[in-house]
Amino acid sequence: MSASSTDSSVTPARSLGQRLVILVPYLWLAAFFLLPFGIVLKISLSETALAQPPYVPLLDLSAGWDGIKAFLGGLSLDRYGLIFSDSLYLSSYLRSLEVATLSTLMLLAIGYPIAYAVTRMPARTQGVLVLLIVLPFWTSFLIRVYAWINILQHDGLLNQALLALGLVSEPIAFLATDKALYIGLVYSYLPFMVLPIYATLVKLDDTLLEAAADLGCRRWQAFWWVTLPLSLPGVAAGVLLCFIPIVGEFVAPDLLGGSVDPMVGQTLWTEFFANKDWPVASAIAVTLLLLLGGPILIYQHLQARNLRVGP
Amino acid sequence: MDMTSGRRGDAGRRQFAPWADPAAQPLVRFERVAKRFSGHVALDDLSLDIFEGEFFALLGPSGCGKTTLLRLLAGFETADSGRVLLDGQDISPVPPYRRPVNMMFQSYALFPHLTVAGNIAFGLKQDGLSKSEISVRVAEMLALVRLEALAARKPHQLSGGQRQRVALARSLAKHPRVLLLDEPLAALDQKLRQDTRFELKELQARLGLTFVIVTHDQEEAMTVADRIGVMDQGRLVQVAPPAEIYEQPLNRWVAGFIGDVNLFEGKVALQDVDGVAVDSAAGRLRAFSTDKVTMGDTVWIAVRPERIRLVPARPGDAAPTGNAIAGRVADIGYLGGVSVYQVALPDGTKVKATLASTTRLTERPIGLDDEVWLNWPADAGRVLVR
Ligand SMILES: Nc1ncnc2c1ncn2[C@@H]1O[C@H](COP(=O)(O)OP(=O)(O)O)[C@@H](O)[C@H]1O
Ligand SMILES: [Mg+2]
Repeated sequence: MSASSTDSSVTPARSLGQRLVILVPYLWLAAFFLLPFGIVLKISLSETALAQPPYVPLLDLSAGWDGIKAFLGGLSLDRYGLIFSDSLYLSSYLRSLEVATLSTLMLLAIGYPIAYAVTRMPARTQGVLVLLIVLPFWTSFLIRVYAWINILQHDGLLNQALLALGLVSEPIAFLATDKALYIGLVYSYLPFMVLPIYATLVKLDDTLLEAAADLGCRRWQAFWWVTLPLSLPGVAAGVLLCFIPIVGEFVAPDLLGGSVDPMVGQTLWTEFFANKDWPVASAIAVTLLLLLGGPILIYQHLQARNLRVGP
Repeated sequence: MDMTSGRRGDAGRRQFAPWADPAAQPLVRFERVAKRFSGHVALDDLSLDIFEGEFFALLGPSGCGKTTLLRLLAGFETADSGRVLLDGQDISPVPPYRRPVNMMFQSYALFPHLTVAGNIAFGLKQDGLSKSEISVRVAEMLALVRLEALAARKPHQLSGGQRQRVALARSLAKHPRVLLLDEPLAALDQKLRQDTRFELKELQARLGLTFVIVTHDQEEAMTVADRIGVMDQGRLVQVAPPAEIYEQPLNRWVAGFIGDVNLFEGKVALQDVDGVAVDSAAGRLRAFSTDKVTMGDTVWIAVRPERIRLVPARPGDAAPTGNAIAGRVADIGYLGGVSVYQVALPDGTKVKATLASTTRLTERPIGLDDEVWLNWPADAGRVLVR
């Protein structure tokens, strides 16, 4: 520990240029994250008003110190009280967590075997397969969701196929149910699960599996004791990359899912666009961010640890 | 298994030569094995016996098939033809995880997510040993490689030499019938490599296990092995104890691959009880031969640089069986313990002679451009017909 303190005393003073370079990312964060977040936080502490913008108080700097005092006096935590007392909001948070958890588990169950299978292919085939996995991203997300609507609707492609194969006698209702929601979510997030897992598996040294075999492991035992533990950082990255955005997902539940249990993204949309209640919508957004803060911090921690330990 | 059962004293080691006993059963037998990789020949109709308790070194240039031969025994490759026998049993159908053979990988292949103790315990867990048995064996192995203090470290927290010892301990933990070591010291620096050679040798003698080591470093092979198999292009060129390989190389390639050698080409002029006389560009040279030679054959006389004496004047007692040729010192290389003299003969060929540096400094020194005589007894030269 004493070594590090002597180290820092030897570090030469940074030049002005170096300081400016270090400042750039902070300025970026301040301008595009902190400032907007501050605005949203401020709106969440405001009252609805029939005005433009549709909330009060507004900060009136021309009135000087009195203006600032009036502004601060007008802020309240009422919206948060509402969110935590009205079961509508709580249930949409819970619904979001449930959907995100379930679909992340499905993504893991489908994504891990895909990633594993790709790494077992010859190197040249692997490149093609990875390309195929990201290929859908070259078209707009919205267009792909509309395509799914087409496939899943009452007389859509899927039902026609099932009927033609004689697997069902009546068309199945997919659209506006959880089935369509999960199909849509798993479809659209699959690359976010596959790619990080693939990235850790492909780095795995095959000699480790030979060493495991040499020490008495059958194939599945080598997978269980060596491959799986060494791929956990990729699994963690994939899980968080899927879970976090799915919690706030709006498009898939709105277009494919039913309207009975809205997810939090849908509730937020309703408050903002239908009810024109910007303060409540903002309070929902801030609460969501705090809720996801935990997993995001875990992800950052894992990333940092990986950087330190190396592959 | 009792780790001391195979212990052999120095006297035992001197007499240890089961390969010379026609009745001895080999522990490992490669029987005419061949292996190709997409048309490229890695092993070419190779046969080899390795005996219980032997330290066997496979020596050869990079790409000659050494690793492939080891992997065949470990079970990671299957031979295109031929058989691999362990204790007289064909082990071709036995998968790697059931072979009583362990391998120390060239890259060590330590499990990065496990501690030193976890790595050593890995194979024991697969065998279903009890927790207490495992911890006893792990402690024993840690003591063997002197890593007790680092048991809880992860591989990335170790130095290269420490990792090498973990890999060794891990491969020894299951008490294999044969331990396979693929270039175990190649990743270490020069000094550590030399020390570790002797430790490895000492360890093998103490445990009495059968070691098969792969190396491209001839000094390493000479230091550790009971016998060396010199390989080239998928074939074994010569299999013999280190001294025999050095003193009696089978052909020019082996002579040049193992240590430094001077080769004099010439035609056989006469053969008698004292050996062979060869007419070379440097004059008539006498040498010792075990091979049958015919008059007029083209042969090569191999003489090791350290067998050649450098003298300032023509040796007076030039016996009929000795050799003496004149030359001029063209270069002197000081290598610490010894100095290497390059002596140019009148026809331009260069001959190497090594002298202990103490000789060079205390006796009347021989300097650059001095006229000198190269002198060696007939039995220092060996006739090679190939
Ligand atoms: N898995 C493989 N695929 C293709 N060629 C290989 C493979 N393994 C070894 N070879 C080739 O076989 C030859 C012998 O290789 P190897 O046994 O590794 O040599 P060494 O260990 O003596 O350096 C080399 O030419 C090498 O390129
Ligand atoms: Mg090799």
